[in-house]
Amino acid sequence: MKGQKNLAKDTRKKQKHSRRETLSNAIMCGPITVWTVLFIILPVALLVFMSFLTKGPLGRIEYKFTLANYAEIFNPAYVNVVKESLLIAFWTTLITVLLGYPLAMVISKLKKKTSGIVTIAIMLPLWVSGLIITYSLVIMLNASGTVNTILMHLGLIKKPLQLLYNSFAVIVGMVYMFMPFAVLPMYSSIEKMDPGLLEASADLGASPAKTFFKVQLPLTSPGIFAAVILTFIPCIGYYMIADMLGGGKSMLIGNLIYRQFTVSRNWPFGAALSVVLAAIILIMVRIYTKLGGSMDDLA
Amino acid sequence: MNNEVRENHFTSRGWRTASYIYLAVMLVLLYAPVIVMIRYSFNDSRTNVVWQGFTTKYYAKLFHDPALWEIFFVTLFIAVCVTLLGTVVGTLGAVGLSRTRFPGRRIIEDFIYFPLVIPEIVLGIALLLLFNFNGIRLGIPTIIIGDTTLVLPYVFVTVKARLAGMDPSVEEASIDLGADRMYTFFHITMPAIMPGVISGAFMSFSLVLDELILTSFLADAATVTLPMKIYSMIKRGVTPEINALTTIIFVAITVAVVVYLVVSEMKDRKRLREEERRGEAAE
Repeated sequence: MKGQKNLAKDTRKKQKHSRRETLSNAIMCGPITVWTVLFIILPVALLVFMSFLTKGPLGRIEYKFTLANYAEIFNPAYVNVVKESLLIAFWTTLITVLLGYPLAMVISKLKKKTSGIVTIAIMLPLWVSGLIITYSLVIMLNASGTVNTILMHLGLIKKPLQLLYNSFAVIVGMVYMFMPFAVLPMYSSIEKMDPGLLEASADLGASPAKTFFKVQLPLTSPGIFAAVILTFIPCIGYYMIADMLGGGKSMLIGNLIYRQFTVSRNWPFGAALSVVLAAIILIMVRIYTKLGGSMDDLA
Repeated sequence: MNNEVRENHFTSRGWRTASYIYLAVMLVLLYAPVIVMIRYSFNDSRTNVVWQGFTTKYYAKLFHDPALWEIFFVTLFIAVCVTLLGTVVGTLGAVGLSRTRFPGRRIIEDFIYFPLVIPEIVLGIALLLLFNFNGIRLGIPTIIIGDTTLVLPYVFVTVKARLAGMDPSVEEASIDLGADRMYTFFHITMPAIMPGVISGAFMSFSLVLDELILTSFLADAATVTLPMKIYSMIKRGVTPEINALTTIIFVAITVAVVVYLVVSEMKDRKRLREEERRGEAAE
């Protein structure tokens, strides 16, 4: 009798406990779930919806289903914009990885404390403001700017070079903007690598070059993938760098989208472009995760 | 032991010198724009082209510009709100989602990462459409919502990384001993993930201070933030006031980072000393 009573009491206690459990789970998961649904899933759904609507006169939107916005992208003028964007993103990514990987290697060889400080030093200018760095590059690259002055003083050139307002300037700006972010995942993958493997390779008679290409590079490839994703993706969408350093001559997908929502007032077309841009990027991210990359390395 | 391997692997002196030179060259290149920015903030000329002598008049001008101060405080207000909101929602979510299973959890988790990979311009447009369809007026609240959406995945990821390194049996022990989830969260989980929470909050704050794309899509005509102001000043032509303003921001953030480093270094030393003392006492 007494045992039964105790058991009942115990169950009640457990029920109470589990109810509180559910409540605290709801408090923890609730906000982020609601936020994600309201401010990520819903807006993206609206964007896709908008991309199938028709543009009316004066930038108004008519609720008539059409695929014309997607067909419009295949207009040669716009295909060129896409090509130019991908090309600039490609060169930026290549230069960033080629310059950033050795940098990550050098940092990984430093003492623990020094490497932490150097990493922060590399990130610091961007923490302050990428916008300002880009603006300083405008000052440095113009005809009477720092770079031209130094080159002329050294006697390497007679006339100032046209360094600003072209694809070169845009790529320089993008490399400045994304390299610090690309160094971090490469650094952490080099750091995680077991140095014993490199020694084993050397002991077995491989040349340093062979050890690097056959052992180190494959082992650190997840970091390189993350760096590529971290550079390539934002490159396609960033419109300010192309705006400031390209001088309006360099039109990238980001600039084109921006125009649809400001000057051209063609929201459905802008939405279609955004959907295509997002789709390209999601496919790339999918490949990245399929190859074993982690989303967490992208923050 | 680790050091020994490093030494071996680092074969020759030549390599070491070359790598130091490379590091130095990269740092000089990375800091060249910063140096140019600081130098021209003291230039006594309207244009940023030629050096005409030292002056601090642009700093004085800045401090007496009430419109600029207002913009500064609006930006700071937005950054503080976003950091608080993003850190609380992101931290609770990271802990909650790692401990619970419910239908649709995976989809939610996938979409949390969305702002991380999707260009800001796409997110900005999507949110603009949302507010437009619902007839919500743009302004500071919509900027706060947009920026929070942007920083959420950063907090989520940094907290998740700390959780992954935590021994789950500690939490289980707390619950087995009769503590409920909330008590366990505040007394066991929170202290363990604190470094992740702090670095997530720091990242959010610095992201928002420099956020231009989302903000300019979600702001009404009356609201101007610092990055928006700087961008429009740059578009109208370069002036030393921008240099002065950005130099101040740079110095402030550098000081904050250095203070943070020194404080955490001191904490580390203190902890080490305490551990040593405890070790001695145990003996």
